[in-house]
Amino acid sequence: MSDYVKLSYDVVVIGAGGAGLRAAISAREAGKTVAVMSKSLFGKAHTVMAEGGIAASMANVNPKDNWQVHFRDTMRGGKFLNNYRMAELHAKEAPDCVWELESWGALFDRTKDGRISQRNFGGHEYPRLAHVGDRTGLEMIRTLQQKVVALQQQDFKATGDYESGIRVFAECTVTKIFMTGEGDNRRVSGVLAYWRTTGEFIVIETSAVVIATGGIGKSFKVTSNSWEYTGDGHALALECGGSLINMEFVQFHPTGMVWPPSVRGLLVTESVRGDGGVLTNSEGRRFMFDYIPEVFKSQYADTEEEADRWYTDPDNNKRPPELLPRDEVARAINAEVKAGRGSPHGGVYLDVSKRLAPDVIKAKLPSMWHQFKELADVDITQEPMEVGPTCHYVMGGVEVDPDTTAAVGVNGLFCAGEAAGGLHGSNRLGGNSLSDLLVFGRRAGIYAAEYVDAAATKGWRPAINENDVTDALEWALKPFTMTGGENPYTIQHELQEVMNDLVGIIRTEHEMTLALKSIEDLTMRIAFLNTTGGRSYNPGWNLALDLPKQLLVSKCIALAALTRQESRGGHTRDDFPMMDPYWRKVNLVCTVDDGELVVEKKSLVSMTNDLQTLFDEVELGKYMTAAELDTAGQGQK
Amino acid sequence: MSYTALFRIWRGDKGEGSLQDYSTQVNEGEVVLDVLHRIQAEQENDLAIRWNCKAGKCGSCSAEVNGKPRLMCLTRMNSLPEGEPVTITPLRTFPVIRDLVTDVTYNYVKAREVPAFRPPEGLKPGEYRMTQEDVSRSQEFRKCIECFLCQNTCHAVRDHEENKKYFAGPRVLMRVTELDMHPLDTLDRQELAQEELGLGYCNITKCCTQVCPEHIKITDNALIPLKERVADRKYDPLLWLGSKIKVRKDAD
Ligand SMILES: Cc1cc2nc3c(=O)[nH]c(=O)nc-3n(C[C@H](O)[C@H](O)[C@H](O)COP(=O)(O)OP(=O)(O)OC[C@H]3O[C@@H](n4cnc5c(N)ncnc54)[C@H](O)[C@@H]3O)c2cc1C
Ligand code: SF4
Ligand code: SF4
Ligand code: FES
Repeated sequence: MSDYVKLSYDVVVIGAGGAGLRAAISAREAGKTVAVMSKSLFGKAHTVMAEGGIAASMANVNPKDNWQVHFRDTMRGGKFLNNYRMAELHAKEAPDCVWELESWGALFDRTKDGRISQRNFGGHEYPRLAHVGDRTGLEMIRTLQQKVVALQQQDFKATGDYESGIRVFAECTVTKIFMTGEGDNRRVSGVLAYWRTTGEFIVIETSAVVIATGGIGKSFKVTSNSWEYTGDGHALALECGGSLINMEFVQFHPTGMVWPPSVRGLLVTESVRGDGGVLTNSEGRRFMFDYIPEVFKSQYADTEEEADRWYTDPDNNKRPPELLPRDEVARAINAEVKAGRGSPHGGVYLDVSKRLAPDVIKAKLPSMWHQFKELADVDITQEPMEVGPTCHYVMGGVEVDPDTTAAVGVNGLFCAGEAAGGLHGSNRLGGNSLSDLLVFGRRAGIYAAEYVDAAATKGWRPAINENDVTDALEWALKPFTMTGGENPYTIQHELQEVMNDLVGIIRTEHEMTLALKSIEDLTMRIAFLNTTGGRSYNPGWNLALDLPKQLLVSKCIALAALTRQESRGGHTRDDFPMMDPYWRKVNLVCTVDDGELVVEKKSLVSMTNDLQTLFDEVELGKYMTAAELDTAGQGQK
Repeated sequence: MSYTALFRIWRGDKGEGSLQDYSTQVNEGEVVLDVLHRIQAEQENDLAIRWNCKAGKCGSCSAEVNGKPRLMCLTRMNSLPEGEPVTITPLRTFPVIRDLVTDVTYNYVKAREVPAFRPPEGLKPGEYRMTQEDVSRSQEFRKCIECFLCQNTCHAVRDHEENKKYFAGPRVLMRVTELDMHPLDTLDRQELAQEELGLGYCNITKCCTQVCPEHIKITDNALIPLKERVADRKYDPLLWLGSKIKVRKDAD
């Protein structure tokens, strides 16, 4: 059997994006030794791609903003399916988390009086997104990376070894979380990972694992997500006894590039609309006015004139419908294209050139300008872009305790960032992910560290069972011994087609049933994957190990989507087009029981009364049943 | 609009390897990375390529296209002469791991030698006030996506393995300037730049600037000013404090 190197850390963080690095920092600051695992190089995780900004109610631009308004916007955006406690913590703690980044060296764009500037974004009532042009994610990940290095420099002073406190395992993929103990004592004991560079294995003993692996978007054909997004953390959590919630909710960002084909899906940041970009169809009509849903009528302008006035006088005018939450805009674009009013390459037009001067566009949206110039030969200061929906984000994720981020049902497992579920409900607002990473990444690190101490007091030692290691190694090397002739890339492409076409923006029972059947077939076929070449930097082999996770998570999405018989946020059923108050109280929970995937209904915890008073009754009436409103009303008295 | 192209790709590991020919289809609008992915999916599943964003944002996909250091995801096929073979080789300055993937550890090790941002004592998060003008200079350098193309290109280390010990390269020296120009940083790193990071090795040829995909004026805006500051203070060590204050004055 294959060799491995055995190491030991207090906390293992899987993921070096915003959530993972923020967790590693707080775990280290709590005195723990930390291993940070990452499939790519340090500083290259998906977070680097984020563009528009970080949502935090610092009230630097509009003094009326505060955490209550941010909370309200987040709940509305998620159509009240959010875990209210997560939404509350998130809104309250986001400003401090952003200011903290500044104290670690981040340089955000400034207001005239020298504070952090904030921009408008869909679904946010006031300008709220701290940003650096349209490369906010880069600023965020670099700042966190440099903070990790700063901590390593401190450790170096103390021990002479930079990596004595935090070690970043770059290009090192985790394939398994080990468990030990039975019943109430069952708990995390370590992980297995392989270095992508050499193909060699390491086993890390630990009592606490933080999953911060990001999303699942690589299972869809048209996506803004990279090869890393195979849902590893989601699958790892399921496999060790955790549960996933809200998996039916996948965010299709309304504006991805549509042309040329090779860049289809690449993101066009929402800042384009926040800064004044308008959407038109082939007839030149600003069609978003035709798609303002009942629940949002009171907050969005009904004429172009009012919408235009809002940019200069937001206090006395309603906002333009281009800034509706993403699910609304994506559906509208989809409908326009279906109705034959699309652009030549199957999108619609997005134009900033009429509202902003060329130099302003280049200053505010530099990477968009470059992206279109270099990849599509389009000069966005002169002409409109062609855009269409692209798979962007998964609202669903590991079910966690809102305060501690501890995964439900697995001692020693924590989860933060895109991989965690609950905060965003059925739809995430733009900018609320980067803030999520900071708020819950920080909490994950703190509570994982606390757990390590608690586990030690109980005498829980991370003892990894040798047989489990042997099995996991054998599993990981299996593709080299197979001769079935299946090409991992072919299977991945087929899965992407299936998810895109059958479990995409608009869903029906019939199509999802077909999708589940196809996923079943593909799952059979991965038993015959063939890997050519050796173990050193072999993407074909690496993909062969990702595929089972990708298929498992795709199955969760399709099964949950089939079960939820209503339309809400990032889940639209052609056969159940309305939002249904019954389903607002229901979370769908996926678990693996004896190798079988199970989806169960679980009722959502109701908002506390003081939070409910932030909304008026008419608005709540659009979402909740009369009975719910009654109890809430009584509680208030 | 599709055509067939010949790709010559360097394949091998640890210094042993050679160019191998692959012929494959190219479609309208494609970049070099698309074509490599097609070869990987259809012909060579184990072809080692490093990439993430495919949008010029992460700095992972650096390699040499027809001998020129480039991001493969931003190199349009129609920018290369049609009908001629396209040669793709790994970055020359760093040790090859396999095929097009190199070991870029050097860059991370050097970056670790630059002491981190240090704000003034007692300044609390939330109390920071800086004008846009004052942050703009350092913001230019923070656009860096760490593709290490500049590090790969600088003649001080390209083909001069022996200098790597003494020279941290343009990316890392630029980080020193970035912190030096940060309106609220309080630490002096100029001596470190000269003595430990090898600023003297740079003779301002601007090759680094030419390859930077973020169009950062590395030489003019980061390296030359750093050299000037270091030179000034050789005459008068107290000048460092002065130069910090000057940043604000020049800005208006
Ligand atoms: C183009 C784009 C633009 C966006 N813009 C915005 C925006 O403006 N504002 C906003 O709020 N949000 C935005 N988002 C969303 C946001 O960027 C992501 O949701 C967020 O960055 C995810 O961060 P994370 O820390 O959860 O995961 P990531 O940053 O994706 O990091 C995941 C990490 O986990 C590692 N990993 C995964 N699996 C394994 C494994 N098996 N073993 C070891 N390591 C593993 C990866 O290598 C990586 O290091 C955008 C997303 C995209 C794609
Ligand atoms: S300007 Fe200096 S750092 Fe840049 S390539 Fe020339 S010598 Fe190297
Ligand atoms: S300065 Fe430019 S070339 Fe150098 S690493 Fe940064 S982005 Fe790449
Ligand atoms: S893949 Fe990210 S820069 Fe090319």
